[in-house]
Amino acid sequence: MVEQVSVFLENTSGRLAELTRVLGNAGINMHALMVADTSEFGVVRIICDSPSKAKAVLDEAGFGASIANVLAVEVPDRPGGLADLLETLGDEGMNVEYAYCFVRPQGSSAVDVFRVDDERASSVLQAAGFRVLGASELYSS
Amino acid sequence: MYQPEFEAMPRAQLEELQLRRLKDLLVRVNDAVPTYREKFAAAGFDPGSLTSLDDLSRVPFTVKDDLRAAYPYGMFAAPLRDIVRVHSSSGTTGQVTVVGYTRGDIDRWSDLMARTFACAGVTADDTVQVTYGYGLFTGGLGAHYGSERLGALTVPVSGGNTKRQVQILKDFGVTVLACTPSYALLIAETAREMGVDPRALPVRVGVFGAEPWSEQMRRQIEDELGLTAIDIYGLSEVMGPGVASECVHQCGLHVFEDHFLVEIVDTETLEPLPDGEVGEVVFTTLTKEGIPVIRYRTRDISRIIPEPCACGRTFRRIERVTGRSDDMLIIRGVNVYPSQIEQVLMGVPMVAPHYQVVLTKKGSMDHVEVHVEVAPDFNFDEIREIEALQRKVKAEIESALAVSIAVKLVEPKSIARSEGKAKRVVDLRTEGGA
Repeated sequence: MVEQVSVFLENTSGRLAELTRVLGNAGINMHALMVADTSEFGVVRIICDSPSKAKAVLDEAGFGASIANVLAVEVPDRPGGLADLLETLGDEGMNVEYAYCFVRPQGSSAVDVFRVDDERASSVLQAAGFRVLGASELYSS
Repeated sequence: MYQPEFEAMPRAQLEELQLRRLKDLLVRVNDAVPTYREKFAAAGFDPGSLTSLDDLSRVPFTVKDDLRAAYPYGMFAAPLRDIVRVHSSSGTTGQVTVVGYTRGDIDRWSDLMARTFACAGVTADDTVQVTYGYGLFTGGLGAHYGSERLGALTVPVSGGNTKRQVQILKDFGVTVLACTPSYALLIAETAREMGVDPRALPVRVGVFGAEPWSEQMRRQIEDELGLTAIDIYGLSEVMGPGVASECVHQCGLHVFEDHFLVEIVDTETLEPLPDGEVGEVVFTTLTKEGIPVIRYRTRDISRIIPEPCACGRTFRRIERVTGRSDDMLIIRGVNVYPSQIEQVLMGVPMVAPHYQVVLTKKGSMDHVEVHVEVAPDFNFDEIREIEALQRKVKAEIESALAVSIAVKLVEPKSIARSEGKAKRVVDLRTEGGA
């Protein structure tokens, strides 16, 4: 499992810019950012170096940040790679609450981030041959 | 008890004292204040004809507009050379009103506030931080004089600069905090941000008033700050703070009946109601010289609790005022008190009891949007969870208020914190023509 920083945001202009500026000023590098939004609010999900430092600087700046544990899985960058993975979870009756993916510049594989409310997800994926990433493989500290 | 000879006076003796003071008062204002003379004459009331306290129901009421019309000094009953101080209402709901105090009034008010502090369990051994605003508002100086009269060490900080408030609470060994209840929560929140555990502060008693608050909010303040929270009551037109106060039993507010006659009247017919029934609170000041008020309609809603209290005071109690009818909103014909919303929010996890009600018109219909802050430790990151929370807040508020509303969840600490009275309602219904 890896740590993701989640921030509840009101849907107002400039708020996301403020958030990313706070992280930038603190020297925090983001690897992935995903915004889930409704007409009234949004949730920003961030994979970055030093998640706990990111939470601290965001809290300090008046944002309500929290840390969520998510699964980060390496997926072969080829057609059907993600489908294989989702079918593995689906076969076990596990529901994916949300997912997003990013490609690391140094590799030929994509990283998929999942929120699955089932503790067995990690071992099920590993048993099926997927590489589940730990914090040290994804971000520094 | 600070003045047991009055506070525990047998009822029969108290009522004799009240009648004597009331007779004197009515003659006095009839002579000195044209507004009362005209009101009495118009109602055919002869101020010398009063023979019992029940006759009070024949006396005309006084309302806020009478005081506004008399701005600034028109209803003073003493010559200006005998007035030593004035205070004034905030004027947020219209023309400000001005109240004047003679030296004797200040002396009696100091006693009444000393009683209030004593009622809350405060003694001369305590250190009292007065965080009510000093100035035209009655809160600061009223509490200050009472705390000094009681002999407590008095720290006159006034409002504002919350970090400094926390620092002084901590450094000065403050044992009693006097402020508005919403400000007490801000102090706790600010202390935590400063890395100070609010429960570790030496404060053991809170003397809170000047805005309506709920029992749930009391429990939250007591829990967050580790103190006993006492509700006090007053309004500038009647005296300022020091009209009524809870004792340590926290079961309603003793009205200082040797100085203030209290009645509860029906909000529609204005007929006096028997003890125990809910209606508008009406006060007559028995001893004030500067600006006495006769049957002043407070717009506050409460009831009288006539049963004796374990503290031994014989003064009857009024139930905690949950709303001022000035604060009451009429939404699509339903009476709504914003404090009801606070009570609901106290019971819902993951939201903070900080809210603002925004009223607009959608066509001819009132539209109510309640902005509710998510709690600082909010950790939902799934849209589904957040929407479920929003629906839960909406359903619970609707069930409490019996009107339909919209709920908007907003970021932590995004609703402006007030350092005095919290601004809970933004009414935009009249803007743009209605």
